[in-house]
Amino acid sequence: MTETTGPSRDDYESGLEGSSTDVASFEGGRGPLYRIHGFLHSTPSAVPLIVLVASVLTFGLLVGERFFSPFALTLVLQQVAVIGIVGSAQTLVILTAGIDLSVGAIMVLSSVVMGQFAFRYGLPPEIAVLCGFAVGALCGFINGVLVAIMRLPPFIVTLGMWQIVLAANFLYSANETIRSQEIAEQAPLLQFFGERIEIGGAVFTYGAIAMVLLVLGLHYVLTQTAWGRHVYAIGDDPDAAELSGVRVKHTLISVYVLSGLICALAGWVLVGRIGSVSPTAGQFANIESITAVVIGGISLFGGRGSILGMLFGGLIVGVFSLGLRLMGTDPQWTYLMIGVLIIAAVAVDQWIRKVSS
Amino acid sequence: MKAFGIAAGLVLSFGATGALAQSACLITKTDTNPFFVKMKEGAEAKAAELGITLNSYAGRIDGDHESQVAAIETCIAAGADGILITASDTAAIVPAVQQARDAGILVIALDTPLEPIDAADATFATDNFLAGELIGQWAAATLGDEAANAKIAMLDLAVSQPSVGVLRDQGFLQGFGIDLGDPNRWGDETDPRIVGNEVTAGNEEGGRTAMENLLTQDPEINVVYTINEPAAAGAYEALRAFGRQDDVLIVSVDGGCPGVQNVADGVIGATSQQYPLLMASLGIEAIAAYAADGTLPENTPGKEFFDTGVALVTDQPADGVESISVEEGMDLCWG
Repeated sequence: MTETTGPSRDDYESGLEGSSTDVASFEGGRGPLYRIHGFLHSTPSAVPLIVLVASVLTFGLLVGERFFSPFALTLVLQQVAVIGIVGSAQTLVILTAGIDLSVGAIMVLSSVVMGQFAFRYGLPPEIAVLCGFAVGALCGFINGVLVAIMRLPPFIVTLGMWQIVLAANFLYSANETIRSQEIAEQAPLLQFFGERIEIGGAVFTYGAIAMVLLVLGLHYVLTQTAWGRHVYAIGDDPDAAELSGVRVKHTLISVYVLSGLICALAGWVLVGRIGSVSPTAGQFANIESITAVVIGGISLFGGRGSILGMLFGGLIVGVFSLGLRLMGTDPQWTYLMIGVLIIAAVAVDQWIRKVSS
Repeated sequence: MKAFGIAAGLVLSFGATGALAQSACLITKTDTNPFFVKMKEGAEAKAAELGITLNSYAGRIDGDHESQVAAIETCIAAGADGILITASDTAAIVPAVQQARDAGILVIALDTPLEPIDAADATFATDNFLAGELIGQWAAATLGDEAANAKIAMLDLAVSQPSVGVLRDQGFLQGFGIDLGDPNRWGDETDPRIVGNEVTAGNEEGGRTAMENLLTQDPEINVVYTINEPAAAGAYEALRAFGRQDDVLIVSVDGGCPGVQNVADGVIGATSQQYPLLMASLGIEAIAAYAADGTLPENTPGKEFFDTGVALVTDQPADGVESISVEEGMDLCWG
């Protein structure tokens, strides 16, 4: 980030010329703190990235090769895959200044539908997977309509949807687990995301690759397309967005539908990860996804943050969990550290907002 | 939730006033876990046979203590003769249970003992320590001389160390021939054969992550203790990803149908089977006997509870460890 001090330079123009990731620009040159601050503000994923790199290096020093090996580092990626995908859905909703508490439930229901449609009704696995996506999209659509048209608060809508979808999941599945062996035999497509590529010691599951591609794809869409800018605009100020010609209701509904679809993808990846279709899986995915989003520096008040930050946030949690466990620490320490990180992340967010206002 | 409970209580007390028929309550942790579904089936079948009215209640999720308290209050209001309860919070439920007993209701803890165990009139449960001991003995006998060099992964339930998880874990270690340290706590053992303890939340995802973490610490692990069969299924997926699935012994506890099927498929070497249906039907019989003439249930000699039995299910029997075949296990499985 270069800063100029020349009085003739018009900062608004330079903002327009630059990449559209620059949501604001600053008068700089008044000291290192301003420079850092300006950099953090224009690159919202920088803080979590720095924390991520620092924590990888720290654990690499403390634990040594068992942690700092291609194998262990890609293992973190595998362990984070499901939460990273759910976190992407969560990011979209939070960028609109909403919150989606139903993401985990939609994920589980979609995976159960994929499994039960293939096994209970004997549908071809391709069709069953599509049905899972349809269910995810439908749940998202209902959330979207209730938020955008009925104007109910997203917290309440998705709180209700969480309970409804989870109950529907248990009622429909009779809490029946479909075993890994049966899936491998009759519908291996369901375990597609469990397949892996090994390069040296590094192991990449298709699930982990899907997460990275999804996040990169959404990053492009959010920063380079009109739809993406509209999502940010709605999160920042829906009335202003409406006045400037954004079709707020349509965009909001599309965000929730996309969120539902991504949750269904997460459900499919989940089956690949755990092998079986289990209606009790992923009970805390909603909280874990919000954790990744918050640590990733995305503002819960909407309109600010980068989806790349969410990915780094999820990876930080993964690195802490694996690193602390390899050191033989009591698992409670992991939760404690994550709690500290969450509060620190919100504090940094507030600091950036305060200095920039 | 509470208002709903009170409303249900009113409806029930109106329903009960006219009839002199005996009535019982069943309160489980959730109504979705197959273990409790089977328990409910057993209670319903026995209640129908004996002409007892049965009302069932459950928490929404494991650990939902409040719903269970509301359910006990409802049962007191309804004038039930007996309550069968699988407590979510074994210590915190005690005052509510005391209220029910003060109202002359027979309270039997099913599956999970209360703290203290005599807070209930009786406890009908699996001997979880014995369940662990059986799989420990089986693993040691199956390894033979190699047991001295075993590398053991311990996949436990939760960091809060609930009694059921501690008993199974410590039973396994005792059966395997490892010094326990404090028998009321897992994780304090010093035997170098234990690679580490991880928690799984008793589900597939937790089982997989826990196994991955332990394999990263020591890829040579060859014995895996798991708190239950879903955790075992998850651990197997992790082992498969490491290409280690064929040279590791996995042992577990529960005896659910998918778990027993996994024994048949060689995913799990042996599992200790418990009998929720039996617990519930014996519980209903005990309530019927108490309602008829005030008879109180008795404990199994030498134990603080009534032992509803446990059996080791495996198709590779080991010398000196009693077991039943997978076929027999399939006939008795739940879920």
